[in-house]
Amino acid sequence: MTRLSGGLIDRSKPLNFTFNGKSYRGFEGDTLASALLANGVQLMGRSFKYHRPRGVVAAGSEEPNAMVELRTGARQEPNTRATMAELYDGLSARSQNHMGPLNRDLLAVNDLMSPFFAAGFYYKTFMWPKAFWEKLYEPAIRKAAGLGSLSMLPDPDQYDKGFLHCDLLIVGAGAAGLAAALTAGRAGAEVILADEDFSLGGRLTMESDTLDEAEAAAWIASVKAELESLPNVRIMTRTTVFGVYDHGIFGAVERVADHLKEPGAKVRQTLWRITAKRAVLAAGATERHIPFADNDRPGVMMAGAMRAYANRWAASPVKRDGDAIAIFTNGDDGHRTAMDLIAKGANVLGVIDARAGAEALGDYKLFAGATVTGTKGRLGLTSIEITRNGTSEWHNVGALGVAGGWNPNVHLASHHRGRPVWDDRLLAFVPSADGPKGLIPAGAAAGKGGTAEALADGMRAAIEALSEIDVTASEIALPKAENAASDQAAFWHVPGDKRAWVDFQNDVTVKDIALAHKENMKPVEHLKRWTTLGMATDQGKTSNISALAVMAELTGKSIPETGTTIFRPPYTGVSLSVLGGGDTGNNFRPSRLTPTHHWAEKLGAEFVEVGQWMRAQYFPRQGETHWRQAVDREVLAVRAGVGICDVTTLGKVDVQGADAGEFLNRVYANMMGTLAVGKVRYGLMLREDGHLYDDGTCARLFEDHYVVTTTTANAGLVYRQMEFFHQCVWPELDVQLISTTDAWAQIAVAGPKSRELLSRIVDEFDISNEGFPFMGCAALTICGGLRARLFRISFSGELAYEVAVPARYGQALMERLMQEGADLGVTPYGTEALGVLRIEKGHAAGAELNGQTTAQMLGLGKMVSMKKDSVGAVMSRRGGLAEDKRRLVGLKPIDGQQQIMAGSHLFTRGTAQETGTDQGWVTSSCYSPHLKSYIALGYLEEGDTRIGEQITAANPLEGKTLMAEVVSAHFVDPEGGRLRD
Amino acid sequence: MLIPHPLLGLRDSQEFTYLGDANLMHRPDPAAENAEAAFCEYVFLRDNPAGVHRELWFHEQGDRSWLVVTRDTTTHEILGAELASDVKLGAAQ
Repeated sequence: MTRLSGGLIDRSKPLNFTFNGKSYRGFEGDTLASALLANGVQLMGRSFKYHRPRGVVAAGSEEPNAMVELRTGARQEPNTRATMAELYDGLSARSQNHMGPLNRDLLAVNDLMSPFFAAGFYYKTFMWPKAFWEKLYEPAIRKAAGLGSLSMLPDPDQYDKGFLHCDLLIVGAGAAGLAAALTAGRAGAEVILADEDFSLGGRLTMESDTLDEAEAAAWIASVKAELESLPNVRIMTRTTVFGVYDHGIFGAVERVADHLKEPGAKVRQTLWRITAKRAVLAAGATERHIPFADNDRPGVMMAGAMRAYANRWAASPVKRDGDAIAIFTNGDDGHRTAMDLIAKGANVLGVIDARAGAEALGDYKLFAGATVTGTKGRLGLTSIEITRNGTSEWHNVGALGVAGGWNPNVHLASHHRGRPVWDDRLLAFVPSADGPKGLIPAGAAAGKGGTAEALADGMRAAIEALSEIDVTASEIALPKAENAASDQAAFWHVPGDKRAWVDFQNDVTVKDIALAHKENMKPVEHLKRWTTLGMATDQGKTSNISALAVMAELTGKSIPETGTTIFRPPYTGVSLSVLGGGDTGNNFRPSRLTPTHHWAEKLGAEFVEVGQWMRAQYFPRQGETHWRQAVDREVLAVRAGVGICDVTTLGKVDVQGADAGEFLNRVYANMMGTLAVGKVRYGLMLREDGHLYDDGTCARLFEDHYVVTTTTANAGLVYRQMEFFHQCVWPELDVQLISTTDAWAQIAVAGPKSRELLSRIVDEFDISNEGFPFMGCAALTICGGLRARLFRISFSGELAYEVAVPARYGQALMERLMQEGADLGVTPYGTEALGVLRIEKGHAAGAELNGQTTAQMLGLGKMVSMKKDSVGAVMSRRGGLAEDKRRLVGLKPIDGQQQIMAGSHLFTRGTAQETGTDQGWVTSSCYSPHLKSYIALGYLEEGDTRIGEQITAANPLEGKTLMAEVVSAHFVDPEGGRLRD
Repeated sequence: MLIPHPLLGLRDSQEFTYLGDANLMHRPDPAAENAEAAFCEYVFLRDNPAGVHRELWFHEQGDRSWLVVTRDTTTHEILGAELASDVKLGAAQ
């Protein structure tokens, strides 16, 4: 154990966990990284390309090295940063990216071959032969690379998404964020304070700075208590604001239960969409490295992180108590780490400061004007080489902190094409004024990282943000604080011949950047893609600026001239599960149930998804072992007796108004205005480009009241199109539209005995053939006073009706029909039988109206009225469409027991089966129990003149062809006598 | 994105269905001599400006209004939204 004194961990709550199968103990308040360090574990993983041993480098979400596979079984989660994994009792983690044990990785051989793995290696090496990429190179590379692995099991946890609105969103709860939240909270503004950490305070929890001459923790606790007492402030810890979107919308992920062993009743994570009138970016800053030879050994870490582990988590970076610690810095900040470590009783070798004129802040050895030029230690740091004035000496150390300066976290400020600007004094990019509207950077994120200036800047930002939305906020009494010395030299890397890592996660070294420069990949965008610098899970948070500096040095340009990186969402990785927000499986989209769904369920129906609808597909009876038995029985029952089917899903649009008839004349290709009251007409709707759009019926119930139906699939689209013409094209027409699809349950009653059945439920209404002939419609009452609509229309070709009642009576009506028709053998039928019946009759459905077909092809060209204009009429007569000679035909296989697959292509007998000789295609097919043969519908060139011809139906997907006879599309009752009787 | 609905105030763009160029409101005269050519242009050709664009949005999960929204396609800034029927009737007067 290398636990120090103090810290913000709760020593009364020990937690047991395992890493690579070995048991350790930490405390509540630990992260996996801090607990491992406190247990003397420096080696936490292997690097991506060279499989170099690696330890933790940072203490936050920027961590490039210490990534683990967390949890087991279905919850196994790869590439989790140990620095962000909150410790819980029973946590289980494994290191990744090695073959064999972590300390003897077989793939470490890659490191010996590093001369071959230079920048652009993949692009240069795996180009030839081309065919090898897919079969050989890519699978091998993918297997060797890719860091952690997935469980390949479905995610067992729940995810959610939510929407929040506020006056002020504050991103980050450090000094600036807390000051902003207190200022805005006291002003009464609706405030959301979000931080990715599990506790408030940000960097204040990791420094030894005092506030009001007391530990910062005391001030944080008092602010927290006050904010929690304010009803207008919402504190969201464990919440990462990952992106800025249009109009003040922010994306955030709240890790609701990631800190628990299992989420239990909670959701695992929530995706929040936060709409904020204004926002303060108080996201702090990220420390950068100074590349030097062999700077990647476990035990080498950021000096600021070292300080954070010591102050907040009481964790020492060394393996054994008493091992010496050195600091390598280019500015004053590194000295703070030395002072804090000494205060904690650590053995500090001294501070190596690249500045010749550097001065010590306290009682420790100072190597001014010196650099670190080498390290030793196979699985962890054992010694470093310090070089001053050309003289080098080795020193034994167990850890080295590197302080290269701080980069403001400008990410969110550059999401809307905001380009950060270079600050010569800070030696860093800071947010520019052209960032997202309404987002005000503050504190360290704005380059004001001193504690006192961050507090004041947070308050200033909140007052400024609120004044823009006319909320007056007053200055608050800020705690007494200081700004630490922050002098710094523009010292970016230690030159040398050996490899010096810039990007740890992707194994990019100074040499790689030099090679990219030599190969003319100088623009930063090229540099990134050639070397993979700044890619992968950390997106170069610790490496981008160092790389720019190295490239700037090579080109002789300044850093801002060399470029900057463009940050895009997300700030840190966002899991696909939470982006889905629980929309998986049955929740992927809404399910719509028909009014008779539960009745059908009780009857044992099989259901099928039709768009969002669940429709009864068929109703198997006892003894039926194959779906065809049920479907054939249902079809024959309709043809011989009576069947009933829920057709509620067909779209219904109520059209009312003095100009309703005129409006329908314009949206339907055929004449609707002349329809008599009490009559129904089949209608064809075209798209404006002249193709068929949809079909349905149009019933005129009253003088100025029509009800039109659409196909199930197009219900929403047709309604949208009708509203478009109503509101955008002809708003002068007196017409009102409303979709009533869900308001009315509609049941088809079909078959020769349908009139007999209906006569038993209608109230004093003449439904004789004379009183209510084919294509009649009426508003009436049934079952003793229930208002209903009756349509004498037929999809099956039999005598048939559709009866509509308010949706809540749908199931009762269905049950009544079953009861009343028991002696008639009434048979419920599903969508399969419905399909067979309409194919037997030659009625078009979705497969025939596929968006590429025309009224002429259906044989209904004359329905496009020449007497009036309608949507699509002009374009339907254009060249190309008007001459199309393909026509809808019926097809009957010569061997009736052979199925013609829908999608088969038609060819004249004996011709080659090529695109040039293609004669059409099969749209729908089924087995007809009526004809005891498979049948099909299809479009065929000059089909109307080829009745009787034998033709080839080719199904190249399955390598099958069969011969079929071209017949009329109306297999049943072509004269239409049955539906008129 | 948020769309300032003239009747309902700021609404999330997810409630809307996008159609495109508001010029679709100007359906050509079907009786004109060059009707087919005019319809071809109307149906198939659109301007694709980088900058201010007037376009049609349908408040499908809302009050079913068609809106003419003026949006800068380079910044997504929304400069205004009107009821399409008002726009059309206003233009006719």
